[in-house]
Amino acid sequence: METLGYLMDGFGVALQPHNLMFALLGAFLGTLIGALPGLGPANGVAILIPLAFSLGLAPETALIMLTSVYAGAMYGGRISSILLNIPGDEPAMMTCLDGYPMAQKGKASEALAISAVASFIGSLVATIGLILLAPLLANFALTFGPAEYFALFLLAFATLGGITGKNPIKTVVAACIGLMIATVGIDNTGVPRYTFGVLELFEGVDFIIAIVGLFAISELLFFIEERAGGGKEKMKVNKLSLSWKDIREILPTSFRGGVLGFIAGVLPGAGASLGSFISYTLEKRVLGKKGYFGEGDPRGVAAPEAGNNGASSGALVPMLTLGVPGSGTTAVLLALLISLNITPGPLMFTQNADIVWGVIAALLIGNFLLLILNIPLVGIFVKLLSVPPMYLLPIVTMVAFVGIYSISNTTFDLYFMVAFGVAGYGLRKLEIPLVPVILGLLLGPEMEKNLRHAMDISDGDWMILWSSGLAIGLWAFATLGLVLPYILGPILRRRMRVAAPTTGNPEGD
Amino acid sequence: MTFNDRIFGVLMIVLAVAYGWGATQFPEPFGGGEAVGPETFPTLLAIVLAISSLYLIVRPDPDNVWPWSRTGIELIIAVVVLILYAVLLQPLGFIISTTLAVGALCWRMGARPVNAFLTGAISGVVVYFLFSFALDLALPLGLLAFLEVN
Repeated sequence: METLGYLMDGFGVALQPHNLMFALLGAFLGTLIGALPGLGPANGVAILIPLAFSLGLAPETALIMLTSVYAGAMYGGRISSILLNIPGDEPAMMTCLDGYPMAQKGKASEALAISAVASFIGSLVATIGLILLAPLLANFALTFGPAEYFALFLLAFATLGGITGKNPIKTVVAACIGLMIATVGIDNTGVPRYTFGVLELFEGVDFIIAIVGLFAISELLFFIEERAGGGKEKMKVNKLSLSWKDIREILPTSFRGGVLGFIAGVLPGAGASLGSFISYTLEKRVLGKKGYFGEGDPRGVAAPEAGNNGASSGALVPMLTLGVPGSGTTAVLLALLISLNITPGPLMFTQNADIVWGVIAALLIGNFLLLILNIPLVGIFVKLLSVPPMYLLPIVTMVAFVGIYSISNTTFDLYFMVAFGVAGYGLRKLEIPLVPVILGLLLGPEMEKNLRHAMDISDGDWMILWSSGLAIGLWAFATLGLVLPYILGPILRRRMRVAAPTTGNPEGD
Repeated sequence: MTFNDRIFGVLMIVLAVAYGWGATQFPEPFGGGEAVGPETFPTLLAIVLAISSLYLIVRPDPDNVWPWSRTGIELIIAVVVLILYAVLLQPLGFIISTTLAVGALCWRMGARPVNAFLTGAISGVVVYFLFSFALDLALPLGLLAFLEVN
């Protein structure tokens, strides 16, 4: 088993004391980020990236820390779902359905513990899936030529809105905006494009600044508009009384949820929200009358949590092997990879094997850390949850300022960040999704490079873009990704809306 | 009402045209033209954006309400605070500007003024010391530079 050997090396990296420490820190911060309403995982990871730079962390350490944050955020999302009936992030929406009723019955701490166990199992199942699938996919991806990559990037954009997405054309518009911003600066042939003679623009727009602005600053503006500064009433947390029997009862559910979630996470266009939705509905159907779903059935808490944690590990598969993220948060992780000068994609598995496998091992370790953090220490997170957003968001904004300022010690970047924040607010008001903008910023240079290579190979013949079976397949899927939402979207959305009473933050995934 | 998407669509078409025109103005790269020059990819983008914006104009979504009146003013205040924060970060120094900016934001979001500015001051001091001692990064001291211990 070659993979096993790599994984052992990975553990060697992840178990180094300082990496372990940063994994723990990341897991803690991640849970916090997931739990606090108004600080989604993508947003939280984005704010932490500049800080990871200014700390001067080694690439693998930075990546381990932020992957732990990512994993932690998925755990944290459930806390406010259960206690406040507000999902901390979008995938945690389904957890409200049975989690909140459980809390109302005075079983809040049982719901929290069960969901932590389910999250753990879901992530574990999916991480094992990741270990098995990723090397295979990476090997397969080695056969991709530039034309296939170009089509793959198109597929990534087309499916980003997801089959539940509202208006695929808006995804296209958003992707164009992102790609256009990415063309600013000096291109490969040495020609300055769209710089208007401004010196700061010659190196292009730093996507970290764009991401932090689009997410963090626009979130602040949204909270101000909604006047949600005061926070909400929260449930009392009782003393935990959980027996082995309770845990045993949710195990099959959690395994099923984890597997389904993983599949949803790997597939383009599905994502964590759909993962938790599918595993909840399936569980409801499988158990049928034996359960009391919607009224506080523990399995109704376990299923969506296992599903969304499974999906979040699954979503790392396309990001690590192809360099094509399928969600906002994995896009932000991709931003981290690119800024660490690691070229994402299949070659990473051979060229940066220690980093990739270190991160995968860190995911496994982080999972155990998270389980430990989340059962006994859940009280701390619950306390922090009562910090009202009117204090929280200004402080988050300040951390974003410090982070961006510390990258280059200039205020020019700060103006840029605020401008992106205002633009992000406007776009969200128009229901233009922000994730494609960011993905466009990240993938733009690669996309143009692959187009250029393909055309060089074919000597200017555009037909090369759909000359292989694989490329045609990718184009076909990309087209489906744009067309399907018009057909299936309304049906699926209606079902999800019937199932879940409240919807969360639109940029949560 | 469906004004938002239509206006946005028109703006995006203007952007697409300007961007596409910009692409025609690039100088020829050193060493002569290639199959894909600096202008090819931008031209493609301009076309895709123009077509999808046209679609937005023809088939717009229902509007979200923009916040006018008081909420709108609060938003403008917030943006102004953020810009001032960026302007004053270096001259006033991190601690003072953070106290003012975080304080102002907390206050406008509904905190009592005393609590708000106290939060700003505490968070500013904590982050400053965290950065300069634990992480060894220099944030500007500004007006408080006289406190610096060498």
